[in-house]
Order: sequence, then structure tokens, then C-alpha cells
Amino acid sequence: MIVEATRLRKSYGSTEVLAGVDLGVREGSVLALLGPNGAGKTTTVRILTTLTKPDGGRARIAGYDVLREPAQVRGVISLTGQYAAVDENQTGRENLVMIGRLMHLGRPTARRRTCELLERFGLSDAMDRRVKTYSGGMRRRLDLAMSLIARPRVIFLDEPTTGLDPASRSTMWDAIAELVRDGTTILLTTQYLEEADRLADHIVLLDHGRIVATGTADSLKAQVGGERIDLRFADEPQLLKATGVLRAAAANGLVLSVPSDGSAGHLHQVLDVLRDNGVEPERVSSHRPTLDDVFLTLTA
Amino acid sequence: MSHQGVGAALTDAATMIDRSVRLARRNLDTLFAAILLPLLMMALFVYVFGGAINTGTEYVNYVVPGILLLTTGYGAASTAMAVTDDMTSGMIDRLRSLPIHSFAVLTGHVTASIARNAASTAIVILASLAMGFRPTASAGEWLAAIGLLLLYVVALSWLAAGLGVIAKTVESASTLSFFMLFLPYLSSAFVPPETMPSWLRPVSEHQPITPTVEAVRSFLIGTPMGNAGWIALAWCCGLLLFSVVLATSLYRRRTGR
Repeated sequence: MIVEATRLRKSYGSTEVLAGVDLGVREGSVLALLGPNGAGKTTTVRILTTLTKPDGGRARIAGYDVLREPAQVRGVISLTGQYAAVDENQTGRENLVMIGRLMHLGRPTARRRTCELLERFGLSDAMDRRVKTYSGGMRRRLDLAMSLIARPRVIFLDEPTTGLDPASRSTMWDAIAELVRDGTTILLTTQYLEEADRLADHIVLLDHGRIVATGTADSLKAQVGGERIDLRFADEPQLLKATGVLRAAAANGLVLSVPSDGSAGHLHQVLDVLRDNGVEPERVSSHRPTLDDVFLTLTA
Repeated sequence: MSHQGVGAALTDAATMIDRSVRLARRNLDTLFAAILLPLLMMALFVYVFGGAINTGTEYVNYVVPGILLLTTGYGAASTAMAVTDDMTSGMIDRLRSLPIHSFAVLTGHVTASIARNAASTAIVILASLAMGFRPTASAGEWLAAIGLLLLYVVALSWLAAGLGVIAKTVESASTLSFFMLFLPYLSSAFVPPETMPSWLRPVSEHQPITPTVEAVRSFLIGTPMGNAGWIALAWCCGLLLFSVVLATSLYRRRTGR
């Protein structure tokens, strides 16, 4: 485990933010900390990146203790916070070279890495413009590039796409996915199940400073029932008939929910079976589990 | 790890100073405050108010030391705002998650502040010579005056950094810095304290600006020194010590949560 935390606790005044969190991230894997605002995601990241001291518990990054060897920890990690941490009045290139120098890359190496990263994140054209002229998506990409300049072993991404428009979010996801292919270890926090689903090997669900579930995206979805098709019928007899035909279905009012893999083929199959038995649903909707579902189920 | 070496520490400091200087240079407000405003103030005092103020000498000779201290006040306010900007944006977290000395952020701003103030002080001195300032100082007296001004600038820069750490917003940093701009007016910088009402005179006499101005004035144009030099030195050293402790301990507290 390249990231290892045991029983992390943290309170601010009388508010308990972390109530004993255990984490482990395998080298080269992606862990998503999923949870709503106030779940303790950012505090966990701040402790692991040496910015905040825990009240209790221990954490090690690449074998270094975050409390006793913070300088060594900082040498192997990088942090991309919730708000793009870039200097508005420096250009993209200047921002990158600055961080490279502070990571103790030599000047030539810092410059070379800067060019590589600007290219890779589609910022080459804007590299000599001041960052204050950049769009939100460009800032985030620059922010991520700044985190990568010294090839950190562990990257912490705190809500990397919060506040981005769908197109920029998708670009960020591609950039993160590429890091994963390079074998970088990533710990990211997110409020979006979709994001965790798409990027993470392993998901830890956090609520009120406690871990409420861990597992892969699939296993979490399985816990909340996975994807389903909701069929609404005009009346009770139709519903009853359909319930008889479709096994493993659950009724709620006049709506019948059928577990599904989300494919068109399965939807066809369900509708065909119903038609063969002379039942026609009034409305059909497919339902993917959302963070809300996962939460309502797992924190109930 | 070699990251902790002296060489690395110097590179960190150089990089942070480079950053602070570049940011300051590109901030028009800061440039205006650091260079143009002091020049305007000097012109105002020399050409507009000066004629009505009787100081026993040519007014431009009397007022230049005060303008020099006023200049550093403006520079310090910009420093406080720059520090607050870092402390309240995501930048502080990024910088603190890097393997650099934890106070590098502060030392970068303070050093940039000193450099900026040295530059604006030099510009103000040149401009004052053009406006008729005629110092009588020897080389040694110039060195003494510059040394004292520099010490005052260093102390004020650290104080500004401390205020920058305290302030929760850039606006409040600017407000907190107000007294640094106001104190020179309550000193002997622009008018002799004897002309002030009796209740105000103690305020003027027991604050760092008056002895510092008196000492610089004595070095440059040969007015009587009295104890002003030593009192100024004590004030500046005390202020420096206080400010460094204030800035670093508050910084540690603000960032250690």
C-alpha cells in the first residue's frame, strides 16, 4: 500500500469531521473518496498531504509518516486542490516553471517538462498569456499540469471537476485517465458517482466522517440494486399480470422496477415478454443508481 | 534528502522572490502605490503645502526624509495584500504541499517588498534632487541614512507580512495597513511637532516615525541629531523582532489547522 491511513480522527471545535477513517491505496491504482459536502473528504486529503495535523491516527505515504517526515512526503506527492491554485498574474509557462523549480528540478529540466505538459494539456497556444485570461477548464488543466511537473508517485485530486462545464469535465477525465495509464497512483475526491465510476478502481464512501461502504463501482451499485427499468402501468390488473410474468421485479404503486444491465437488448427483451403476455406498460424509464440512491441505501 | 540542503533553500527563496517581484511588477495598483503615489505626495507637499509650512529650512529639505518613510508605508500595504491573497487562495495549500521551507512564502514576499521599496526609495530620492532637495551628507552619512531606512523597510515589510496573515480578505489587509500610511502624518515628517496641539505632541514624539525621520534628516541635511539615531535604531530593531515573531507564529497557527 503506497497510501496507508489508520483511524484518522479530526475535530474542529466540537464538530467531529473525521471519526476514525482507514484507507489503503495500492501503488498504481485509483481510489475515489466519494461523499457529499461535509463528509470529511477534503480533511482526509489535507491530512494525507501534510497540510493538516490529525487529532489521532496515523498515515504513511510511500513509507513516510505524514507527521514525522512531512518533507519526504511532500517530495513524492502532489496536490490539486478544489480551487485552481495558479497565479493569475503569471503566464501558464511561468507558473509551471516556478513549481518545477520549487520541486528542485534543474532549470533545463523544469523548462523541458513545462513544454511537454503544456503540449499534453492543450495549453501550448496560451502558454505566454497571463492565467487571468484563461477559462475555468484551462485553469484546471494548468493546475493539474503543475501537479505533474516532478512526476509525483501519488497524486491527490480534490474534487477535480467541481464547477466545470460538461466539455471541460470530459477533458479533465481524459487527462486523469491518461495518468492512470501511466501507472500513477491517484487518490481523488468527488461528489459524483459517475466520476468515481469512470476513474476509480476502488471507491470509499464517506459520510459524516465515517466510511459507510467500500468496494468497486460495480459492487457499490450492486449494493443499491444497480441499474433498473421502471415500468408504469395504467391499472392494478395490468400491474399484477406483469408482476406474474417478470420475476425479480418489485412494485411500488403502479410502477414495477426490473433490475437491468442497462442495455437496449434487455429493454427489448422485457417489453417483448410483456407484449407476448398481452401487457403494455404506459411509460418506461430506465434508472441508473445515483449518489443519492447509494447514500439513501447505505446510510439509512 | 538533498531537498533540505542550504543550496535548495536558497533556490527556493530565489524562486519565491522571483515570483513575488514578477507579480508585484504586473499589478498596476501596486506599481502605482509604490512609485507614482509617493512622487505625487512629494510634489503636493513641496509645491502646494510647503509654502505655508515654516520649518526654519527650505521645506523640500525638511520634507524629503518624511516622504521616504511614507513611500515605504505604501509599499508595505501592497505587501500585506499580496500575502493575504496567497493565504486566502488555493495557492497556500499548493505551496505548502511542496518540499520547501514552510516560511518560504513569507520570506519571498518580504524580500520582494524590500526590493520594491529600495527601488521606489531610490526613485523618490532622484526625483527629490530634481525638485531642489540639497542634502549636505558625506558618503558615510549617506550610508548611515540608507542603512537606517533599510532597517525600517525590513521591519515594516515583516509587519506587513504579519498583517497579511491576520487579514481574512485582501480588502481588510488594505484596511489594516492604513495605520502604516497614517502614522507619518502624526510625526515630525511633515510639520515640526511643536506646531501640534499639546495633547497630540506625545503621540508624535513616542512613535517610530519621528525618531527615524529626525535621524535620517540629521544624516542628510545636518539638523541636530540628539538621541534620535539611537532611539530610531531601538524602535526599528524592536519593531523588526516583534514583526518577525508575529508573522511567523501567526502563519504557523493559520496553516497548522
